[in-house]
Amino acid sequence: MKNEVQIHEVDSSLNTRRSFLKLSGLTLATAGLIMAGCSDNDNDDDMNDTSLPGVRNGIFDLGSGDFGVLTYAYALEQLEADFYTKVVNASNFNTIFNDIERQVLTDLYHHEVIHRDFFKAALNGALPDPSSQLLPSLTFNYGSMNFNSRTEVLATAKALEDTGVAAYNGAGKLIKSADYLLLAGKIVSVEARHASAIRSLINPNSKDFAGDDIISTSTGLDVAKDPSKILPIAGGFITTQFTAKYLP
Amino acid sequence: MNILKFIETFTDDSLMRSTGSRRDSFSQFGNIGKTLAYASIPFGLSTIANKVLAKDITPTPATPIGALQFALTLEYLENEFYAKALDSGVIPASENNGRDLKVFQQIAAHEADHVSFLIAGLGGTMSANFVPKPTFDFTVGGAFDPFGDYPTFLALAQAFEDTGVRAYKGQAANLITTPDLLTAALQIHSVEARHASEVRRLRGLKGWISNAERGAGMPEATQAVYAGEGVTIQAGYNTATLFGAAAGSEAYDEPLGTQQVVDIANLFIV
Repeated sequence: MKNEVQIHEVDSSLNTRRSFLKLSGLTLATAGLIMAGCSDNDNDDDMNDTSLPGVRNGIFDLGSGDFGVLTYAYALEQLEADFYTKVVNASNFNTIFNDIERQVLTDLYHHEVIHRDFFKAALNGALPDPSSQLLPSLTFNYGSMNFNSRTEVLATAKALEDTGVAAYNGAGKLIKSADYLLLAGKIVSVEARHASAIRSLINPNSKDFAGDDIISTSTGLDVAKDPSKILPIAGGFITTQFTAKYLP
Repeated sequence: MNILKFIETFTDDSLMRSTGSRRDSFSQFGNIGKTLAYASIPFGLSTIANKVLAKDITPTPATPIGALQFALTLEYLENEFYAKALDSGVIPASENNGRDLKVFQQIAAHEADHVSFLIAGLGGTMSANFVPKPTFDFTVGGAFDPFGDYPTFLALAQAFEDTGVRAYKGQAANLITTPDLLTAALQIHSVEARHASEVRRLRGLKGWISNAERGAGMPEATQAVYAGEGVTIQAGYNTATLFGAAAGSEAYDEPLGTQQVVDIANLFIV
């Protein structure tokens, strides 16, 4: 088994406006990471237990089962935490956002960084060999997204939060441990509170906080998506290659 | 009550291990209904007993069906609350340039959808698993005037939405063996959280719960909704370390157990 994690930097030249549009749900073309089922005839001799995250054939795979789901969540929380860290540190943060908006975005920055560090700590404690099985710190590229544009920041935040809700809603059924399921439940409702808040900032005098674009008008249900549907969306911003061959 | 116990014995078997589609799960509920009928359970007696003895709701069993029945009762409560509010005119059309009315029309539509969805999930109104709507008194014997006083309506709306989020979360483990039902419950859970966040903003609060605070202007009687929300240790990780206890507790919503939610709901059931 290799202990080395190979990080592949993806050519970011295409990863610009297109990624932003993609995350905003306008197009679902291409992805910055290799997806399950996209290839191939790899053999996994170097790591037969597919439930464990780790490097297979030179690329980190999220694994399956509870560790796979937690690692998947860790990847998404890394993205959210990185995004809001850049938002609150942008040079014009104090001028393009009003007091209420700054409070919301600062709270989201806090919450997502806490989620990220929580998953890192939880996985470090639970994985049999975290030195080879803990997903490394990912790198991100937001292309031409302007962190000093109120419109672009809020639109991206909305997409990230809605995606987070759909991801957790879809991943719940993959979790076997009641304790981990409860932890995911504790987090997903906060992501939904975030999504509602960002949507209200964008369009306050409206029903967008739980809009008909996201909540079924026949069942009143929110969105739930499998990892294979989420990762191509989130992957638009993630430049570290990893695979999720053993998650649906 | 007898029926619930009877159902519980069934849900330990095939239903609990169901991995089929939602339709499969629902048709299994139908089968349980048939099984119950074959077993000649005296439904009529049981129904009468419930009416005579138990106006208060009682905890549902820790099973997938119990979780759905429990959820349906909560959705009945929310649905009737918002429908009555919209009928009463307590929500001023001019409030926030019409924002509040739009918000509660949307929330009301979702709660009505949830009621229909859960009734269908339990096999319809003729199913043995169906639970009827209790009789609600949102004034709690005259203590509140939610359909005459807008701030009271808003306060109860916040309490019901925040309760709903915690209640669904508390039922998740009861659905772990029925993946499709779990997913559906999660899809309702996050809608309740979107609602809660917006109602809290209409009341001038953050969309998330800091520590175990019910928030400014909330009646003390609603504190049970927020009991235990201030947790800052999650799976051994101290969430207060980075940014303090308020942020750490906000980042995680805590569950409520069945009995805790039943106690809250029973305040409004007569």
